[in-house]
Amino acid sequence: MDTLEARVVDILAAQALLDPASLRASDDLAELGLDSLGLVDAIFAIEEAFGISVPFNANEPDAQDFDISTVGSVVAGVRRLVAARD
Amino acid sequence: MPRVVLTGAGTVNALAHDVPGTLAALAAGQSGIGPLDIRDAGRLTIRIGAQVKGWPGLPGMTAREAALWDPFTRFAIAAADQAVAMSGLAPADLAAAGVILGTAAGGISTWEDNYRAVFAEGKDRVPPLVVPRLMQNAAPAHVSIRHGLRGPSFSVSSACASASHAIGLAFRDIREGRARVILAGGAEAMLVFGGIKAWEGLRVLSPDGCRPFDADRNGMVMGEGAAVFVLEDADHAAARGARALAEIAGFGMTSDAGDIVAPSAEGAAAAMHLALTDAGMQPGDLGYVNAHGTGTLANDRAEAQALRAVLGAGAAAVPVSSTKGAHGHAIGATGALELLACIAALRDGVLVPTTGCRVVAPDMGLDVVTETARHAQPGAALSNSFAFGGTNAVLALRAV
Repeated sequence: MDTLEARVVDILAAQALLDPASLRASDDLAELGLDSLGLVDAIFAIEEAFGISVPFNANEPDAQDFDISTVGSVVAGVRRLVAARD
Repeated sequence: MPRVVLTGAGTVNALAHDVPGTLAALAAGQSGIGPLDIRDAGRLTIRIGAQVKGWPGLPGMTAREAALWDPFTRFAIAAADQAVAMSGLAPADLAAAGVILGTAAGGISTWEDNYRAVFAEGKDRVPPLVVPRLMQNAAPAHVSIRHGLRGPSFSVSSACASASHAIGLAFRDIREGRARVILAGGAEAMLVFGGIKAWEGLRVLSPDGCRPFDADRNGMVMGEGAAVFVLEDADHAAARGARALAEIAGFGMTSDAGDIVAPSAEGAAAAMHLALTDAGMQPGDLGYVNAHGTGTLANDRAEAQALRAVLGAGAAAVPVSSTKGAHGHAIGATGALELLACIAALRDGVLVPTTGCRVVAPDMGLDVVTETARHAQPGAALSNSFAFGGTNAVLALRAV
């Protein structure tokens, strides 16, 4: 796990009130207990942490170019946005 | 028609963080007014207020709740928790209950903090919970969620009359049979830089203290906090053995339809008349009036004129006090805080003093309770609230 992944996992785990070490890349965010407010809070924290803007609209969670279904998909999305930023 | 009684009360304000402490402080003539301890106080012209200090906050508040609850919501929740606990209401009664709370500024500190972030600090994003945190109905919403109240929940905003309007609406709903239990009151947390700076502009704030009806009064002093009451159908309360603090017997509301800020004695008097008529009372029944009594030149003069018109020849025989020199002018919460003084009068036989008033201005023509509390057993009382917008809300209460 690299630094970027660790930071994203820490943010998601904090919102889900879980130990970061217990999260797996395949974990479904809804099943981790992240509700809609938790998700937007996590996205806010990710934007603040990485200085990026995440294209996510709660009305169309599946329509954007940012997959929030699993821990791994969020990490991959953040990685792409960070690369595009740099 | 059902009678409506108060079976629970709670408060957080500058005097104390509960009802017994507040009643004791009011009776003792204490004042919660002091130097403001807020961000950028040094840039304010007015640097005093009745600020809630030393309050430990809500026990067990989670990080998510802290992110969601503006200070005005926290005050409301604390007051509602106390009121529900005092009432002893069962979950089934609470499930059928509603909550109506007054506020003028809602989550103003949330507006302020986030405007600072985006305007002053150049940030391009704000936390996701800003909207549900600052909305005016955040306070009743969280009281509803916390206590499982599934009846109506909404906020009322009529500046300095907000809480009295909220309590009056709740009273009417119960008396007219639409509900048996409603929580009502007000919450305000406007003691932030922008809130005070805005009031400074009106030139109605005193730089040195609140002295209602005093010959030397020179303005109002802002306060903050909340008071929430459980209003209940009297038969419902009696059937479950609940003790009533007092009865709300009538409510009157009018508008001046005149100036946006200058008070009108006629509008105020009309609201008092309506409240008395609604309660089936005569002016001579009144043994106490809790005045709006802001300590401004204009309010106190107009209110005294209105009281003289309503009370007629008996005006000099009805004790009147204002408690704004004690808890400050808590704006949208103030009518609820002041109802506590009516409970002191009707339940405890204590007419609390007008803290800050030493020498009553000669043109008042009222029996203002000054310096120390008086002991009497009034059977009925009025609580006056008047507001910018020319809106007037008056509650009539009876001892039980």
